[in-house]
Amino acid sequence: MIRKTLLAGVALAAGLMAAGAAGAADLTIGFSQIGSESGWRAAETTVSKMEAEKRGIDLKIADAQQKQENQIKAIRSFIAQGVDAIFLAPVVATGWDSVLEEAKDAEIPVVLLDRTIDTKDDSLYLTAVTSDTVYEGRVAGEWLAKTVGDKDCKIVELQGTVGSSPAINRKKGFDEAIAAHSNLSIVRSQTGDFTRTKGKEVMESFIKAENGGKDICAVYAHNDDMQIGAIQAIKEAGLKPGTDILLVSIDAVPDIFKAMAEGEANATVELTPNMAGPAFDAVIAFKENGTVPPKWIQTESKLYLPDTAQAEYERRKDLGY
Amino acid sequence: MNPRTLPLLATLGVFLLAYALCALQFPAMLSTRVVANLLTDNAFLGIVAVGMTFVILSGGIDLSVGSVIAFTGVFLAVTIRAGLDPVAGFILVLAITTAFGAVMGAMIHYLETPPFIVTLAGMFLARGVCFLMTTDSIPIDHPVYDTLTGLSWRIPSGGRLSLIGGVMVLVFIAGIVLAHRTRFGTAVYGLGGNRTSAELMGVPVARTTILIYALSSGLAGLAGIVFSLYTSAGYSLAATGVELDTIAAVVIGGTLLTGGVGTVAGTFLGVMIQGLIQTYVIFDGTLSSWWTKIVIGGLLFAFIVFQRGLVHMAARRREAARLATGMPVVSPAG
Repeated sequence: MIRKTLLAGVALAAGLMAAGAAGAADLTIGFSQIGSESGWRAAETTVSKMEAEKRGIDLKIADAQQKQENQIKAIRSFIAQGVDAIFLAPVVATGWDSVLEEAKDAEIPVVLLDRTIDTKDDSLYLTAVTSDTVYEGRVAGEWLAKTVGDKDCKIVELQGTVGSSPAINRKKGFDEAIAAHSNLSIVRSQTGDFTRTKGKEVMESFIKAENGGKDICAVYAHNDDMQIGAIQAIKEAGLKPGTDILLVSIDAVPDIFKAMAEGEANATVELTPNMAGPAFDAVIAFKENGTVPPKWIQTESKLYLPDTAQAEYERRKDLGY
Repeated sequence: MNPRTLPLLATLGVFLLAYALCALQFPAMLSTRVVANLLTDNAFLGIVAVGMTFVILSGGIDLSVGSVIAFTGVFLAVTIRAGLDPVAGFILVLAITTAFGAVMGAMIHYLETPPFIVTLAGMFLARGVCFLMTTDSIPIDHPVYDTLTGLSWRIPSGGRLSLIGGVMVLVFIAGIVLAHRTRFGTAVYGLGGNRTSAELMGVPVARTTILIYALSSGLAGLAGIVFSLYTSAGYSLAATGVELDTIAAVVIGGTLLTGGVGTVAGTFLGVMIQGLIQTYVIFDGTLSSWWTKIVIGGLLFAFIVFQRGLVHMAARRREAARLATGMPVVSPAG
């Protein structure tokens, strides 16, 4: 116990020096994480720990192994422990009302990370930190429109899992962005299920259908994994990815930076794993000055280009992706 | 010392020791809130574990309970959305799950099939039917649910004993009475101890087997209702692996996997030990949540070794008694 307090104290001091007196006065925050099902999720956990350390916050993470009952148990235990705030990345959208009411009764603010919940009573949580997936698609589309200029460009699209909200929204945003440019058109669009193998398969069929790939000007993939599969297919067809065909995708995982550094991809839009950072800041402001944050904090959807690819790869490869 | 109470005492000892160690590190774990949470959060596990205790006492196993919980939740969510009254839904689903268990019991007895295979089929069947009804998580939004989830008894200093926690305690009390004070209970112990001699002594084997599995599935149905109150939703993927957690709780609670020996009260402690480990991991906040499984695994090994030792000792004592009196001993193992 004493050692822990001491450590927390040292971390706090270090955090204060580093962050220029951010002033997170000994906060303890419980984070109910879904699990570690994907590389992105693992990176989110790692980054959350790093961000907590920066601010001198004692972060308790409970991995729910994909089970809602474990998340509810974790939230109850956090309440019993008397933490200062609870972060929740909900595994499903429904069924949180009663446990969040308990948190509310105990006056512990709850911040939703990365996903939102279905509830009639939105006073049950302080704020939700998520990315805007429509906006991500728009950033990708705008980059392509700018890069292509006035040339005609036939685009093929690798969609995410049918019916999943990121797939729907990333398509919507991209469509909106290129709608204003009549020289850009999506000629083919099919699902690659967010996976590398399916991305490669679908790209192979696109290449066959479009004159051996010579008619394709750009590939838009709803995530980097499918794009990496597409790169493979393009290479096998004897074309140069990144030069003969422009490639833009979303997520910003380390492997796409590797591809960009090698000149085989052109751009990626980041779905940041740092959801906890803005959430910590919101909680600190709320605790210290009573500042009530907006109900939705949108994370930045930053565009990355090959010039910073090598550095970004180095920075990300140890985050657990 | 009576070898029947020794496993129970061992479990009690482990529980008290574990709680003491936890409380030493985190004094907050002594709060009534944590105690109430242990009851509420493990309510569905506890209820289904009572049924599993009877199954294992009879020398069987029931792998279908997790799927039956999910089925119950999805069934309720779908029918309530379609306009059925929740109370009618509860009665209907309890009837369905109990009948489902009775059919499994009948197959085990009349077709002379191992319970493992029959209930494995039941597990796939119930889980499959969930996905047939829906693949989404369906919220349950009904005034009856709001009332039931809101019912709780506030213990001074912050704890809340919820309705579902209370239901679990009642099920355990009923289970203890059923096991130790009724003919059915005696028949279950007899069946698990030595089936042939139980039959010879006039235990109605067919009826008892069917009742055991009907009870287990029916309680899984009740656990499903409790689970749906707990999450206010029905989800096809809910409660995966709960059958294994349940078996672990029963064995840690001192019931022999070979049947014939064990107590319902021990199972309660087994459930609480699991909940306690989980709570500790969350309180610590830096441990991987898989430590819960690791510790449970270790405890299971320890208890199995301990139980084999007891069985061995009992056999030797009987042997010594036989030699001393020169009479053959026919009493069942354990």
